[in-house]
Amino acid sequence: MGTTGSAVDSGAIGWGGLGLSLVLVAVAVGLSLWQGLRLEREILWATGRAIVQLLAVGQLLVFLVRPETPVIVAWIWVVAMVLFAAITVQRRAREVPGIVGLAVVATGASAAISMLVVFGLGVYPNVGRAVVPIAGMMVGNSIGGTVVAGRRVVGELSDRRAEIEARLALGQPSSEAAKPYVRSALRTALTSQIETTKAVGLVFMPGAMTGLILAGADPVDAVLVQAALMYLILGCVATNVVVIGLGLTRRLFTRDHRLLRLTRQST
Amino acid sequence: MSVSGATSTPADGPDPALFALEDVRLVLEDRCILDDLSVEIADRGITVLLGASGAGKSMTLRLLNRLEVPTSGVVRFRGDDIASLDPLRLRRRVGMVFQRPAVFPGTVRENLLVAAPDAGESELVACLAAADLDASFLDRLGDELSGGQAQRMCLARTLATEPEVLLMDEPTSALDPHARHRLEETARRLVDDGRPMVWVTHDLDQADRLSDQQVVLVAGRLATGDEARTYLADASSADGDDGERRG
Repeated sequence: MGTTGSAVDSGAIGWGGLGLSLVLVAVAVGLSLWQGLRLEREILWATGRAIVQLLAVGQLLVFLVRPETPVIVAWIWVVAMVLFAAITVQRRAREVPGIVGLAVVATGASAAISMLVVFGLGVYPNVGRAVVPIAGMMVGNSIGGTVVAGRRVVGELSDRRAEIEARLALGQPSSEAAKPYVRSALRTALTSQIETTKAVGLVFMPGAMTGLILAGADPVDAVLVQAALMYLILGCVATNVVVIGLGLTRRLFTRDHRLLRLTRQST
Repeated sequence: MSVSGATSTPADGPDPALFALEDVRLVLEDRCILDDLSVEIADRGITVLLGASGAGKSMTLRLLNRLEVPTSGVVRFRGDDIASLDPLRLRRRVGMVFQRPAVFPGTVRENLLVAAPDAGESELVACLAAADLDASFLDRLGDELSGGQAQRMCLARTLATEPEVLLMDEPTSALDPHARHRLEETARRLVDDGRPMVWVTHDLDQADRLSDQQVVLVAGRLATGDEARTYLADASSADGDDGERRG
């Protein structure tokens, strides 16, 4: 227990602590074997990949957050994060036409707005040490909402094709004809983040707050930081979801208000 | 009654064509749906589009409402190339009722207001009356209507846009015989009031009851005289074999 106490004091767990956390990976592998899920390889691959990626990113972060590194480098990294996020969205929502371009626009717009609030209003100083992790949280947390929004919009427009074409046949423009169905899809995509925001602190302890407390910060300060981040993430997800909804509505109809044929992919 | 395809002649009479398809080819997802189809549809009465499943009847109807556009060729509405017309205005002039009633969420009133947001109570009641529904339906929920009532509500909703012509895409295929005959009577009344109609069906009995002229399609083309006669004879014999099931 002495080891644990010193880890809490310093915020560092060392390689030994990391090794002990693998016990839970072994539990996951064991459960997969027991239940015949055949996910053992997948779990081990994900575990290995995660530590390699994190170590690589850690090395990069050392460079990005050094005081002597110009802050523009951190902002270039933010742009790269937006592009990586768009590629991730595209991989998870292949059936959504043009999703990579839309995801770049949506994630870029939400990141720009949130960064403007955080750094433009001076909530945090414009230094690499703040820019990189905050942008990472904004962009990373937007991916799930973007994927759900894209898939749900395509699903709704595909499933409700008969109703939408009946509306188009009445002379409604495509934006009007699609509105009830796109709205329903966007509500679904955003509801998940709203629920997460509501449950914070009660059901789960978010990462930034946990990290700060483990690193020895005053819990009240940690809570204030986390609350601000949650609000920013909520705004980001909302921006992403709406941009995806508007963009897909334009993308999935022709200029003469016809609904394109869509491929529905089962989840 | 004239039969295009069976007689190899377009609709006869002095009326200008309501619709004219000129060398229309429609390819969707690498599949040729219509192949150099040229046909004229008379600006009067009920024109029935006949043909087996997959012959291209419904796609032809969708071209007339511009829910599809031809891969090549021209579709004309009263002489105008519909590609040159505003699609939203065209769709209000050329109303369409689909095979399965697409009821929007909410009441019948809310459904009608989608088509005519500024319509007053009397106009809504008139639309219902034209579709053989009384005013009491206005506050009924759309999803509580029977199949026949829902289809007539869809007809009323289409009529709310005051269309010059009605396209009916197998509107009775999901209805029982009583509801089917009632909708046919309604259709005839609307046509007698001066609104021409294009009606898609593969039911020969219905085609004979309804049509003022018939157009027969075979494999995405206007049937030749022999093909149309063969189709009508085959379908008629199938109807005879299948009469009880089809009611």
